[in-house]
Amino acid sequence: MTVEKNSQRILSYTRDVMAGYPREQRFTLAMLQDIQKKYKYIPRESLEQLSDHLGVPLSKLYSIATFYKALSLQPKGDHVIRVCDGTACHIRSSMVIVDELAKILMIKPGETTSDGKFSLETVNCLGSCAMAPAMVIDETYYGKVTPSRTREILNEYGGVDCE
Amino acid sequence: MSKVTLTIDGIQITVPKGATVLEAAEQAGIFIPTFCHDPQLSKPGACRICVVEIPGARNLPASCVTEATEGMVVNTASPAVIEARKTNLELLLANHPTDCLTCEKSGDCRLQEYAYFYGVKQGAFKGEKHNYPIEDDNPFIVRDMNKCILCGKCIRMCEEVQGNDVINFAYRGFNSIVTPAMGAHYADTEISNCVFCGGCVSVCPVGALSEKGMIGKGRRWEVKKVTTTCPYCGVGCQFDLNVKNGKVIGVTSTDGEVNGRALCVKGRFGYGFIHHPDRLTTPLIKKDGKFVEATWDEAVDLIVKKIGSIKEKCGPDALGLLSSARVTNEENYLMNKLARAVIGTNNIDHCARLCHAPTVAGMATAYGSGAMTNSFAEIPGADFILISGTNTTDTHPVAGAMIKQAARNGSTLVVVDPRKTELAKLAKYHLQIKSGTDIALFNGLANVIIAEGLCDKEFVNNRTEDFEAFKATVAKYTPEYVEGITGIRAETIREVALGYAKAKNASIFFTMGITQHICGTHNVFSIANLCMLCGQIGKESSGVNPLRGQNNVQGSCDMGALPVVYTGYQSITVEENRKKFAAAWNVQELPAKIGLTVGELLGECGKSIKGMYIMGENPVISDPDANQVMHELKKLDFLVVQDIFLTETAQFADVVLPGASFAEKDGTFTNTERHVQLVRKAIEPIGNSKPDWEIICMVATAMGYPMSYGSAAEIMDEVASLTPSYAGISFARLEKGSLQWPCLSADHPGTKFLHSGKFARGLGKFHAVEHIPPDELPDNEYPFILSTGRRRYHYHTGTMTQRTGALEVFYPTEYLEVSCPDAEKLGVCDGDRVRVASRRGQVEVAVKITDTVVPGLVFTSFQYPDVPINRLTNPARDPISKIPDLKVCAVKIDKVG
Repeated sequence: MTVEKNSQRILSYTRDVMAGYPREQRFTLAMLQDIQKKYKYIPRESLEQLSDHLGVPLSKLYSIATFYKALSLQPKGDHVIRVCDGTACHIRSSMVIVDELAKILMIKPGETTSDGKFSLETVNCLGSCAMAPAMVIDETYYGKVTPSRTREILNEYGGVDCE
Repeated sequence: MSKVTLTIDGIQITVPKGATVLEAAEQAGIFIPTFCHDPQLSKPGACRICVVEIPGARNLPASCVTEATEGMVVNTASPAVIEARKTNLELLLANHPTDCLTCEKSGDCRLQEYAYFYGVKQGAFKGEKHNYPIEDDNPFIVRDMNKCILCGKCIRMCEEVQGNDVINFAYRGFNSIVTPAMGAHYADTEISNCVFCGGCVSVCPVGALSEKGMIGKGRRWEVKKVTTTCPYCGVGCQFDLNVKNGKVIGVTSTDGEVNGRALCVKGRFGYGFIHHPDRLTTPLIKKDGKFVEATWDEAVDLIVKKIGSIKEKCGPDALGLLSSARVTNEENYLMNKLARAVIGTNNIDHCARLCHAPTVAGMATAYGSGAMTNSFAEIPGADFILISGTNTTDTHPVAGAMIKQAARNGSTLVVVDPRKTELAKLAKYHLQIKSGTDIALFNGLANVIIAEGLCDKEFVNNRTEDFEAFKATVAKYTPEYVEGITGIRAETIREVALGYAKAKNASIFFTMGITQHICGTHNVFSIANLCMLCGQIGKESSGVNPLRGQNNVQGSCDMGALPVVYTGYQSITVEENRKKFAAAWNVQELPAKIGLTVGELLGECGKSIKGMYIMGENPVISDPDANQVMHELKKLDFLVVQDIFLTETAQFADVVLPGASFAEKDGTFTNTERHVQLVRKAIEPIGNSKPDWEIICMVATAMGYPMSYGSAAEIMDEVASLTPSYAGISFARLEKGSLQWPCLSADHPGTKFLHSGKFARGLGKFHAVEHIPPDELPDNEYPFILSTGRRRYHYHTGTMTQRTGALEVFYPTEYLEVSCPDAEKLGVCDGDRVRVASRRGQVEVAVKITDTVVPGLVFTSFQYPDVPINRLTNPARDPISKIPDLKVCAVKIDKVG
């Protein structure tokens, strides 16, 4: 697909998202979340379109989009892995899980694999402390994760191509 | 207002209810440190350096957001408070470079000051430090985010005062940073929306933001600050010239009466011309076609000899003088005196002719005064603001920002402009009329208001005359008829008319988009009519406000630098006035014959006009049909030009006299809202240049009319003695604060808004005016309309702004705005060069494709000597005010190469 067509598609989807809410600034975050959900990031075009639509300055939208970890301005992989590093998970060695995933995927937290399949992130709490250490891939939760289980879990998503 | 009494550090203090503890402490003279607090901005209460102890409070509250209450006891220096503040400073210093040795803000840094005060050394906390690259890719502002303490004042200044929302906080926690959207730099203006007003720099409490031009030029404690008035547009901002060793090293905000701390890019960063090497430093005499340096005596002798012989041979009316809207009131007054009392002619005019002559003519006829009826301070009180033919955010940026604030705070904003300006984008209604159809539109609005019975009958009956003729004329301007002429939908015209009529307070602002037409005066009449029809004049926040373009264009008109009036618009045709001035000026009689205007003077060069004396004007660039102007100037027997630079016009002179800039002399400027403000001398005149008033005195004296003043203040005293509207104005009073004329006596407080209760002329006069099309319309051969205007980064003909080391670096070339469909038709892309030609001349310029203009319209500024667009413009004139039609001329466009 050409860049231009893709851009058209984004603009049209953003229009749909905006149409789903009253044209009021208090729905800014909700709209951003919808766009994030669709594209796994917020394209620049959407941000500009939203700014015009709601009369919210672009600098303010950028502020919101960078403040929330759930929102991203960078394109993400097909599957987003979020490893919890909240207090409970941290005590139960969540960083070991992160290190293991980083080793398998050959990326650091915050990065995306070169084939665009996985993005790796750490988050501060998933609210699933009882099953620490926890991680979530897309919208599926995994509890009591061990380093040895990580490869297994990745395989559910087609595994890693290159090693 | 109810009051509360509280005790701070044992001192009892009574403050109005609603005041904060911080405000109460300030009133009691008790020091509380602040970082994020600013009295003019909203209060986030975020930095916590201002904490105090209040018994009973849960924690140490931030005094900047804690309301003072009756009986409250506050301790601002308890051990707990001191410890909290020290910890706060230690945390800030843990991640702050301690390069005070080289930091630009050293001596003016709150972090440094408070660390010193509380004895906080670095080292309590160790941890990660930021290492952001320094942003210095623009010529105005340097941003070092490593020094930012995240107080957010810059963000609020940008949002709340300038209204541009360039920056905000991004990211979280340790990574928080103040940045434009998308992490862009200020210089990426397409994203950042930055206009380099420098408001952010003016409030930054640390070294994160600095003025680029001031870096390394002087420590803050070595600098003398001289408060003076800006030499650029007519808003009349005040600022501090920072002077070290007799040199202006920068401009910083002061608390200006008109502008507060707000300035625009020109005012704050456009001072470089003062010390530019191109400044004229000695008189020049042309010998064999070349300028050679001369002494003042040689130059003045030659002037006296040549002017004397022309006067002797051809009479005084063979001489013409152009005064200047750039120099002080005192200098304009003396120029007026030189023309009338010394030379004996009324041939004196200046470039107000090219901007607001129709305003002066129109509003003086309708109301009795041609000045802005209201003040900028009244903008927030207007619930309906109509902007017509003014790109205010570019031409009068600080006033533009005030209008933006009003629109944000809920005022209805209507913009009438063929171009989609910044304000048009913010407006509730943008009436994108066809160029030159203003009268039809305003008559149409009046038609609706009369038809709907919304006219203010009481006002019309008691305070105006000639209403019936006006009513009969507008009867045919139904919204549908007007739609056909202007291109604005009838329904929109109705809505705007109802909005205006029903508004509590409606203010109209206009500039050249109204005046620079062959029907300029009639355009002004049509606006004046509308105000009277609804009684939206003569009260606070309601009226007609022509924004004057130059720093002292209001003053130069007030001072009688016009062919038909003495100071304060006292007509030369009234014998009593001539006698009064003749007696004061100690001459037998003064000439009664009405003088020639700028255009007429230039048109008569070599015919009835043999010699000219031009002070601080550049007609070769500023006047229409510039080729013709150059041709005419060559025909003169003798031309004197007095200026700070060897301008395009000065090139044609026989004698050039070096004037001093605004930084080098005392005097006053009168801003567009009639505020008379002091201009203070900060440095000695450059080289052998002299203040213009001293030069005029020398020339007059050499001509046999002794003229000498000890100071500019003495000249103002003479003006006050002869001018009722300035009668109460003196330098001694101005030292205490500016005054708005009319100021009728030494104890008169000045006048905030005009025509209260009664118009200056008695009854307001309606004028029945009809739409007439522009003189030159597009045809097959010349299919586009060319309109001209100004850019934010430049001023008038660019003699100053092209020599600042900053403005011209950022905005180096001019371009032609072309709509997207037209660009396609012409086969041109952004940056392509085109030849624009009218029936009078042609220029080459680069194209910028934009949605600012509609198809069929192209736009550029007249501010670049490289793109002398006035070679193309139409000198056809308004028959009443003689203003040329600079807004509409037919052109053709061809791609070059």
